[in-house]
Amino acid sequence: MDIQDLIIDDRDRGIFRVHRSCMTSFDLFRRERELIFNRCWIYLGHESEVENPGDYRRRTVAGRPLFFIRSKDGRVRVFLNSCPHRGAMVCRRNAGNAKTLQCFYHAWTFSTSGELIGVPGREAYGPHFKRSEHGLKEPPRVESYRGFYFVSFNPKVEDLVTYLAGARDYLDLVVDQAEEGMRVISGSNKYAISANWKLLAENSLDGYHLIPTHRTYVDYMSGLGTDDSGDTLASRPPGAGRALGNGHCVSENISRNGRPIARWHPVFGEEAKPRIARVRRRLVKKYGEERAYRMADTSRNLLIYPNLLIMDFVAISIRYIEPLAPDRMDVTAWHLVPREESGAALATRLDSYLTFLGPGGFATPDDVEVLESCQTGFRASGNAWSDISRGMLKADPGTADELQMRGFWRQWHANMQGLSQANAQDGQPGGGER
Amino acid sequence: MTDNDRFALRASVEEFLFREAVLLDDWRLEEWVDLFTDDARYVVPSTDLPEGDPTRDLVFINDDIVRLRARAARLNSRHSHRENPRSRTRRFVSNVRVEETDDGQLSVSANVLVYRFRSGEGAPYVGTIDYILRRDGGDLRIAYRRAVLDLEDLSRHGAVSIIF
Ligand code: FES
Ligand SMILES: [Fe+2]
Repeated sequence: MDIQDLIIDDRDRGIFRVHRSCMTSFDLFRRERELIFNRCWIYLGHESEVENPGDYRRRTVAGRPLFFIRSKDGRVRVFLNSCPHRGAMVCRRNAGNAKTLQCFYHAWTFSTSGELIGVPGREAYGPHFKRSEHGLKEPPRVESYRGFYFVSFNPKVEDLVTYLAGARDYLDLVVDQAEEGMRVISGSNKYAISANWKLLAENSLDGYHLIPTHRTYVDYMSGLGTDDSGDTLASRPPGAGRALGNGHCVSENISRNGRPIARWHPVFGEEAKPRIARVRRRLVKKYGEERAYRMADTSRNLLIYPNLLIMDFVAISIRYIEPLAPDRMDVTAWHLVPREESGAALATRLDSYLTFLGPGGFATPDDVEVLESCQTGFRASGNAWSDISRGMLKADPGTADELQMRGFWRQWHANMQGLSQANAQDGQPGGGER
Repeated sequence: MTDNDRFALRASVEEFLFREAVLLDDWRLEEWVDLFTDDARYVVPSTDLPEGDPTRDLVFINDDIVRLRARAARLNSRHSHRENPRSRTRRFVSNVRVEETDDGQLSVSANVLVYRFRSGEGAPYVGTIDYILRRDGGDLRIAYRRAVLDLEDLSRHGAVSIIF
């Protein structure tokens, strides 16, 4: 099948379909590596994970073993985890602190900023051997935005801020909730799903499945009560799905379930009320009523194309998807919290996270199940299409509509054809001729 | 405490743990929750931070009795999709260590292996479970249950969808 024909995007008739080979084909998987993961900015980690000089973290990013380390001069450096000498992995733990890095094969030693500083038997090398040519290698591009570090294996990629396009403002909405900045707390949730990685990107933005799939969660929360007193939400629009450019998308919701930052819910307990009111006043004072409302009362599931999600609802989860095969992905989730929170405030937030999120939560296991179920189902229906057209002809699609998922797929489709941009979104006519 | 007292104490704790294992394998989850005290906690730390503290760190599970009851109800519901249809599990509990604490509670550790079979897959959850057990008349109750997985991650399982 031609790449061009993998998606039917008929914006006049409101039909959007994705051919299921997009989730099963090895050829397409290899092509994604080349045209998406080797060309875009890909999330690596958060600056707070390496707080002190010498702190390092090991990661696999788009199939490549990397690590990042805070060097002695305080900078965050990213290196390919492969010895310049003969290739062994220099960093052999997932996390730690190091004054220098020594390869265990022939004991070459590197500084935290990557210079080769020790070669046993140096004199046995000839005069043309230069230590300066054998430092640890960095990915072609490394940039950060507000503490989030990204790498790109494409030397010509646009700068990160330009790449983030409309997603930047949503990242700001998350980070600005904190008074003293955000940090990732210790502990990560790492699991795998036997399904195509794009199914999780889609699922993380899918408001349509919430009630049917996550009924036990919804029942549990409503059993704990809701707080509609002085409801500021009644007059508000019920949320929206948006495409933010470059494939980034968001599903933005008003949040009746409470938000640990500044929307109270009975599950947080009476004693949390004064603190939450205080934080809300601070947000209003600093950002004005409207933006404070968005921080406090709205939730967002933000996809930073292609494979990073910032899930800002019951708490803030950074969810990274690492594709392994057409039918297999690794998922890692971290918990992002405001630095100023400790004690009861932090406990409330940690507790809130675990209700929904994580492989032991009341919802995530069901998502794992549903994605694997789809992937298995594809074997029966390999030549079929998945429909993603909900709300396509609406003027203002909500979160249960699928505009945000179409935004993702359009970018994917453009990239897979070697184009850098999808040429049209919902509401822009055409697309029927294919 | 004489050796005989110690053996007797360990035997009674083992009996309690075996009973717990049967309740879980038989999916008698409400009865299982009834083993807990009202102020109990059930904690499963993240695989990359076995020493994780749920008041500070990200863990998989940190239930008080309210959420534990809700967890049991959820697992009994047909809307708990990862466990509907239910998996088959078989638990092996061994290497039980018992210490009496100063306040008369029992600090217990056991090695636990739970095989889980479902949808053509079978993979074990392996680890240790630490308990604080409290005497309640002639019986024991669980005041604290911390299940620490030895797995490096949940790549074989995708979730902690059963009680480990
Ligand atoms: S491979 Fe690293 S020192 Fe030889
Ligand atoms: Fe979901």
